[in-house]
Amino acid sequence: MPLTILYFAWVRERIGQAEESVTPPTDVVSVADLIGWLAGRSAGHAEALAEPERLRAAVDQNFVALDAVITGAREIAIFPPVTGG
Amino acid sequence: MIRILVSSDPIDLAGEMARMEGDDVGAVASFCGLVRADDGVDRLELEHYPGATEAALDRIARAASERWSLQAATIIHRVGPMHPGERIVLVLAAAPHRHDALDACAYLIDRLKTDAPFWKRETRGGEARWVEARHGDAVAAARWTDPTP
Repeated sequence: MPLTILYFAWVRERIGQAEESVTPPTDVVSVADLIGWLAGRSAGHAEALAEPERLRAAVDQNFVALDAVITGAREIAIFPPVTGG
Repeated sequence: MIRILVSSDPIDLAGEMARMEGDDVGAVASFCGLVRADDGVDRLELEHYPGATEAALDRIARAASERWSLQAATIIHRVGPMHPGERIVLVLAAAPHRHDALDACAYLIDRLKTDAPFWKRETRGGEARWVEARHGDAVAAARWTDPTP
Protein backbone atom coordinates (compact mmCIF):
# COMPACT_ATOMS: atom_id res chain seq x y z
CA MET A 1 0.00 0.00 0.00
CA PRO A 2 1.43 3.42 -0.86
CA LEU A 3 2.60 5.54 2.02
CA THR A 4 1.95 9.29 2.23
CA ILE A 5 5.02 11.27 3.29
CA LEU A 6 4.61 14.84 4.54
CA TYR A 7 7.47 17.33 4.90
CA PHE A 8 7.47 20.53 6.92
CA ALA A 9 9.59 23.69 7.32
CA TRP A 10 13.14 23.52 5.87
CA VAL A 11 12.76 19.82 5.12
CA ARG A 12 9.85 20.70 2.81
CA GLU A 13 11.75 23.59 1.24
CA ARG A 14 14.88 21.55 0.50
CA ILE A 15 12.91 18.64 -0.93
CA GLY A 16 10.77 21.03 -2.96
CA GLN A 17 7.44 19.42 -2.14
CA ALA A 18 5.13 19.18 0.85
CA GLU A 19 3.81 15.70 0.18
CA GLU A 20 4.49 12.60 -1.86
CA SER A 21 3.21 9.06 -2.15
CA VAL A 22 5.82 6.29 -2.07
CA THR A 23 6.03 2.51 -1.86
CA PRO A 24 9.22 1.64 0.03
CA PRO A 25 10.86 -1.79 -0.33
CA THR A 26 10.12 -4.36 2.38
CA ASP A 27 13.50 -3.93 4.08
CA VAL A 28 12.47 -0.40 5.10
CA VAL A 29 11.20 -1.18 8.60
CA SER A 30 11.84 1.90 10.77
CA VAL A 31 11.50 5.66 10.32
CA ALA A 32 15.32 5.83 10.16
CA ASP A 33 15.33 3.23 7.34
CA LEU A 34 12.69 5.28 5.52
CA ILE A 35 14.72 8.49 5.85
CA GLY A 36 17.76 6.69 4.43
CA TRP A 37 15.73 5.32 1.54
CA LEU A 38 13.99 8.65 0.77
CA ALA A 39 17.39 10.40 0.70
CA GLY A 40 18.14 8.52 -2.53
CA ARG A 41 15.16 9.96 -4.42
CA SER A 42 16.70 13.29 -5.48
CA ALA A 43 19.48 15.75 -4.71
CA GLY A 44 16.98 17.80 -2.69
CA HIS A 45 15.96 14.75 -0.66
CA ALA A 46 19.62 13.92 -0.06
CA GLU A 47 20.31 17.45 1.21
CA ALA A 48 17.21 17.67 3.41
CA LEU A 49 17.66 14.23 4.95
CA ALA A 50 21.47 14.17 5.26
CA GLU A 51 21.49 14.61 9.05
CA PRO A 52 18.81 12.40 10.61
CA GLU A 53 19.78 13.62 14.11
CA ARG A 54 18.33 17.01 13.12
CA LEU A 55 15.00 15.43 12.11
CA ARG A 56 11.86 14.47 13.99
CA ALA A 57 8.98 12.31 12.78
CA ALA A 58 5.35 11.44 13.30
CA VAL A 59 3.71 8.17 12.29
CA ASP A 60 -0.01 8.53 11.64
CA GLN A 61 0.17 11.90 13.44
CA ASN A 62 1.86 10.57 16.59
CA PHE A 63 5.37 11.79 17.44
CA VAL A 64 7.82 8.89 17.45
CA ALA A 65 11.54 8.23 17.82
CA LEU A 66 13.42 7.55 14.59
CA ASP A 67 13.82 3.85 15.49
CA ALA A 68 10.02 3.42 15.52
CA VAL A 69 8.64 0.71 13.24
CA ILE A 70 6.50 1.94 10.33
CA THR A 71 4.75 -1.32 9.46
CA GLY A 72 1.10 -0.64 8.63
CA ALA A 73 1.52 3.15 8.75
CA ARG A 74 -0.43 5.29 6.28
CA GLU A 75 1.05 8.74 6.85
CA ILE A 76 4.56 9.66 7.96
CA ALA A 77 5.68 13.22 8.57
CA ILE A 78 9.35 14.28 8.64
CA PHE A 79 10.29 17.68 10.03
CA PRO A 80 12.80 19.71 12.11
CA PRO A 81 12.40 20.11 15.89
CA VAL A 82 9.30 22.20 16.58
CA THR A 83 9.47 25.94 17.36
CA GLY A 84 5.94 27.10 18.16
CA GLY A 85 4.66 29.34 20.92
CA MET B 1 -14.26 22.73 28.79
CA ILE B 2 -11.39 22.66 26.34
CA ARG B 3 -11.07 25.10 23.46
CA ILE B 4 -8.39 24.64 20.80
CA LEU B 5 -8.03 26.99 17.86
CA VAL B 6 -5.35 27.18 15.18
CA SER B 7 -6.10 30.01 12.77
CA SER B 8 -4.60 32.75 10.64
CA ASP B 9 -7.01 35.27 12.20
CA PRO B 10 -5.80 37.77 14.83
CA ILE B 11 -6.33 36.59 18.43
CA ASP B 12 -9.22 38.29 20.24
CA LEU B 13 -7.81 38.67 23.75
CA ALA B 14 -10.86 40.24 25.40
CA GLY B 15 -13.31 37.90 23.72
CA GLU B 16 -11.35 34.81 24.73
CA MET B 17 -10.99 36.01 28.34
CA ALA B 18 -14.72 36.69 28.53
CA ARG B 19 -15.46 33.12 27.40
CA MET B 20 -13.67 31.81 30.50
CA GLU B 21 -15.72 33.74 33.02
CA GLY B 22 -18.55 32.16 34.97
CA ASP B 23 -20.18 32.15 38.39
CA ASP B 24 -18.01 29.32 39.72
CA VAL B 25 -14.72 30.49 38.23
CA GLY B 26 -12.47 32.20 40.76
CA ALA B 27 -9.31 32.62 38.67
CA VAL B 28 -8.33 32.93 35.04
CA ALA B 29 -4.60 32.80 34.33
CA SER B 30 -3.32 33.84 30.93
CA PHE B 31 -0.19 33.76 28.84
CA CYS B 32 -0.03 35.71 25.61
CA GLY B 33 3.02 35.46 23.34
CA LEU B 34 3.83 38.29 20.93
CA VAL B 35 6.04 38.48 17.86
CA ARG B 36 9.31 40.19 18.85
CA ALA B 37 11.29 42.42 16.48
CA ASP B 38 14.52 40.56 17.46
CA ASP B 39 17.52 41.98 15.57
CA GLY B 40 15.32 43.56 12.95
CA VAL B 41 12.79 40.77 12.35
CA ASP B 42 10.06 42.36 10.23
CA ARG B 43 7.98 39.29 9.48
CA LEU B 44 7.34 35.94 11.14
CA GLU B 45 5.64 33.04 9.43
CA LEU B 46 4.17 30.07 11.27
CA GLU B 47 3.78 26.69 9.62
CA HIS B 48 1.88 23.82 11.22
CA TYR B 49 0.77 20.23 10.61
CA PRO B 50 -3.00 20.49 10.13
CA GLY B 51 -4.87 17.92 12.17
CA ALA B 52 -1.84 16.73 14.12
CA THR B 53 -1.28 20.19 15.61
CA GLU B 54 -4.83 20.48 16.90
CA ALA B 55 -4.66 16.91 18.26
CA ALA B 56 -1.38 17.69 20.07
CA LEU B 57 -2.86 20.85 21.64
CA ASP B 58 -5.93 18.91 22.72
CA ARG B 59 -3.72 16.27 24.40
CA ILE B 60 -1.80 19.00 26.26
CA ALA B 61 -5.04 20.65 27.46
CA ARG B 62 -6.48 17.28 28.57
CA ALA B 63 -3.31 16.44 30.48
CA ALA B 64 -3.54 19.82 32.27
CA SER B 65 -7.19 19.20 33.11
CA GLU B 66 -6.30 15.85 34.68
CA ARG B 67 -3.44 17.31 36.68
CA TRP B 68 -5.11 20.45 38.04
CA SER B 69 -8.64 21.28 39.05
CA LEU B 70 -9.61 23.28 35.96
CA GLN B 71 -12.97 24.52 34.78
CA ALA B 72 -11.70 25.48 31.34
CA ALA B 73 -8.53 25.50 29.26
CA THR B 74 -8.02 27.43 26.02
CA ILE B 75 -5.11 27.23 23.60
CA ILE B 76 -5.14 29.51 20.57
CA HIS B 77 -2.24 29.64 18.15
CA ARG B 78 -1.97 31.84 15.13
CA VAL B 79 -0.43 30.53 11.88
CA GLY B 80 0.61 32.19 8.62
CA PRO B 81 2.38 35.55 8.27
CA MET B 82 2.64 37.93 11.24
CA HIS B 83 4.46 41.12 12.18
CA PRO B 84 6.21 42.34 15.35
CA GLY B 85 3.78 43.25 18.11
CA GLU B 86 1.10 40.85 16.94
CA ARG B 87 -0.23 38.07 19.19
CA ILE B 88 1.02 34.66 18.20
CA VAL B 89 -0.28 32.45 21.01
CA LEU B 90 -2.80 32.71 23.85
CA VAL B 91 -3.18 30.19 26.66
CA LEU B 92 -5.89 30.50 29.33
CA ALA B 93 -6.68 28.36 32.36
CA ALA B 94 -9.76 28.83 34.55
CA ALA B 95 -10.06 27.32 38.02
CA PRO B 96 -11.78 27.99 41.34
CA HIS B 97 -8.44 29.09 42.84
CA ARG B 98 -5.36 30.88 41.55
CA HIS B 99 -2.66 28.24 42.05
CA ASP B 100 -4.35 25.70 39.80
CA ALA B 101 -4.95 28.36 37.16
CA LEU B 102 -1.39 29.75 37.28
CA ASP B 103 0.37 26.36 37.31
CA ALA B 104 -1.84 24.95 34.55
CA CYS B 105 -1.24 28.05 32.42
CA ALA B 106 2.55 27.66 32.72
CA TYR B 107 2.25 23.95 31.94
CA LEU B 108 0.15 24.60 28.82
CA ILE B 109 2.64 27.01 27.25
CA ASP B 110 5.74 25.02 28.29
CA ARG B 111 4.36 21.80 26.76
CA LEU B 112 3.11 23.61 23.66
CA LYS B 113 6.67 24.78 22.96
CA THR B 114 8.01 21.23 22.67
CA ASP B 115 5.01 18.99 21.92
CA ALA B 116 3.00 20.77 19.22
CA PRO B 117 4.09 20.78 15.55
CA PHE B 118 4.64 24.44 14.66
CA TRP B 119 7.65 25.92 12.86
CA LYS B 120 8.69 29.60 12.82
CA ARG B 121 10.38 31.29 9.89
CA GLU B 122 11.62 34.84 10.45
CA THR B 123 12.43 37.39 7.80
CA ARG B 124 14.93 40.24 8.29
CA GLY B 125 15.30 42.70 5.46
CA GLY B 126 14.04 40.21 2.89
CA GLU B 127 16.20 37.32 4.13
CA ALA B 128 14.27 34.39 5.62
CA ARG B 129 15.57 31.80 8.06
CA TRP B 130 13.95 28.95 10.01
CA VAL B 131 14.13 29.41 13.77
CA GLU B 132 16.16 26.73 15.60
CA ALA B 133 14.65 24.92 18.57
CA ARG B 134 15.98 26.20 21.91
CA HIS B 135 17.39 23.83 24.51
CA GLY B 136 15.82 25.97 27.25
CA ASP B 137 12.35 25.08 25.94
CA ALA B 138 13.04 21.36 26.40
CA VAL B 139 14.29 22.04 29.94
CA ALA B 140 11.16 24.09 30.74
CA ALA B 141 8.87 21.35 29.43
CA ALA B 142 10.80 18.61 31.24
CA ARG B 143 10.27 20.18 34.66
CA TRP B 144 6.60 19.19 34.41
CA THR B 145 7.47 15.52 33.95
CA ASP B 146 9.36 15.37 37.26
CA PRO B 147 7.47 13.18 39.70
CA THR B 148 5.24 15.30 41.92
CA PRO B 149 4.75 14.31 45.55
